Amino acid sequence: MKANIHVMLKDGVLDPQGEAVRHALGAMGFDGVNGVRQGKVIALDLADGTSEDTIARMCEALLANTVIESYRIEIL
Amino acid sequence: MKAAVIVFPGSNCDRDMAVALRAAGADVSMVWHKDAEIGDVDLVAVPGGFSFGDYLRCGAIAAQSPVCRALKDHVDRGGYALGVCNGFQVLTETGLLPGALMRNAGLKFVCRTVPLTVATSDSAFTQGYTAGDTIGLPVAHHDGNYTADAATLDALRGEDRVAFTYGDNFNGSRNEIAGVLSANRRVLGMMPHPERAVDALTGSTAGLALFRGLVQQLAHA
Repeated sequence: MKANIHVMLKDGVLDPQGEAVRHALGAMGFDGVNGVRQGKVIALDLADGTSEDTIARMCEALLANTVIESYRIEIL
Repeated sequence: MKAAVIVFPGSNCDRDMAVALRAAGADVSMVWHKDAEIGDVDLVAVPGGFSFGDYLRCGAIAAQSPVCRALKDHVDRGGYALGVCNGFQVLTETGLLPGALMRNAGLKFVCRTVPLTVATSDSAFTQGYTAGDTIGLPVAHHDGNYTADAATLDALRGEDRVAFTYGDNFNGSRNEIAGVLSANRRVLGMMPHPERAVDALTGSTAGLALFRGLVQQLAHA
């Protein structure tokens, strides 16, 4: 089985990289980009039957820093 | 005073840290990241660098290494620990210090000497300074933008656990925080490099008081 982990900075945590991308898009002439948040996707190739609970523990312990990041598990 | 300096793949300030500790009178051993035991030491130093290539997040992989389990045991027993730069990131990733270090607000790697204010002299690390002193220490980091939730920031301030603040907040840190202490004041994490400021030959001795104070206190512990 495969799962994608979407890791994003939590709402309210300033994302300087997303801000820089937003500025760049504006400078390129793309109007109306009100905000950009940049995160990452971690693609896991897992043994069949791995529980969502186990995946969540992976996220909590390593894949996301929950002080500043939130995560969403997408099982494919 | 016995000290151990942890070496991860990608550490690059480990030898400077050992030199600074030895110059202050410490007996220093180096500990490889795969070692599950650190031995009987008073202080564990987590040096700067780019452990594990900063993969995933700065310090995240290092925080899961065998030596960091030994580091946690050392701290749980009341041992002292000092994390500088990447070492600070490792200490936050292990949960030994609160908060997190994010990408610098200006997005640039900053490598220069910056003014710092000593925010408290109430710790083994900062007793050689006077609160309110301004010192200059080198910084060299891309991810030194300290952040924590409002309750944590309040607690750090209320419990006098901010060790150093930036005079010029070049990286966007909350409350200008450059270094923080643990609740028992025995763990210090800081982004600036005191170990790079211990010899006039290389420009500054502003970091010497930190190592001397530490050795002095732990020699009598």
